[in-house]
Amino acid sequence: MVEPRNRDLRILDRGWWLVLLLVLAFGRGTWAGEAARAATEPALEDRVMALASELRCLVCQNQTLADSHAPLAMDLRDQIREKMRQGASERDIVDYMVARYGDFVLYRPPFKLSTLLLWAGPGLLVIAGLATLYFRLARRRGEPKVELSAEEHARAVALLEGNGDRERQ
Amino acid sequence: MNRYLLPLGIFLLLVLLLGVGLSLNPREVPSPLIGKPAPAFRLPQLHDPVKTFSPGELRGKIWVLNVWASWCVACREEHPVLSEFAKSRLVPVLGLNYKDTREDALAWLKRYGDPYQVSLADFDGRVGIDYGVYGVPETYVIDKQGVIRYKRIGPVTPEILQQKIVPLISELSRG
Repeated sequence: MVEPRNRDLRILDRGWWLVLLLVLAFGRGTWAGEAARAATEPALEDRVMALASELRCLVCQNQTLADSHAPLAMDLRDQIREKMRQGASERDIVDYMVARYGDFVLYRPPFKLSTLLLWAGPGLLVIAGLATLYFRLARRRGEPKVELSAEEHARAVALLEGNGDRERQ
Repeated sequence: MNRYLLPLGIFLLLVLLLGVGLSLNPREVPSPLIGKPAPAFRLPQLHDPVKTFSPGELRGKIWVLNVWASWCVACREEHPVLSEFAKSRLVPVLGLNYKDTREDALAWLKRYGDPYQVSLADFDGRVGIDYGVYGVPETYVIDKQGVIRYKRIGPVTPEILQQKIVPLISELSRG
């Protein structure tokens, strides 16, 4: 009973190797074009990738345009490359992207009224925390000191010297 | 009692905030194109590439542009709703076939039915980029002055038609 199952597993193992080989052989096809371009125009490709890593891929929203392999991300990288070849600056290209996809494409959102809370929020939280702490401490300092009566004082001394209540009773 | 009220209040506020956050759809990014002129283009038509089309030809008319592709599953889901709407002949419905092949696109239209008055072929997706397309299907309502008034990302549903698109069109045609 065990034999055939093991054999199955071995075939499965081999199957995985085959899949891995296929992926290595053909799976990189989508990158090959860009890799080749990186070899011929390294400076341009560096600029493209630097800018692409500042922009969000709208298809897979938590990836940058540089990281994403979504078809749209590749098209947009092509657009960036083409525009840079035509002499567009980083600023021009960012404006081009924002005009189409909004501020959402920017990984660093601009500072304006609608993003005020986003930028100032953490600072406000810290200030609120510090203020709470300050007022709490101030209030504690303001509280009157506890005065002990003579009897209480004697009891405290007794406790400290190890002759607690129990022994006295 | 009072000392528990404040943390409880903050907690409830946080729950409310996160609850609202959960109910939002992160795919629906507000388009900067609303209220802006629809980007100009000239594209070959899907059925007859010799003929071209440019949005300027529909100046003076309210129209709907639907971006679709044969590889897009949600487009199939949307198709009956869109067909029904196109049949009502309220406004012209144009199709922008996005990042597709002519063969696949024509086969798709033949199989499911062609709701579009004109179908445009944007095989390299350049016009799609100008329209800020990132999640096919997308649907635009463009007014008589050629300004984009509404954009829907994702399939058009009967609710969206009744609550958004149709009222907007009747409002625009009055104005």
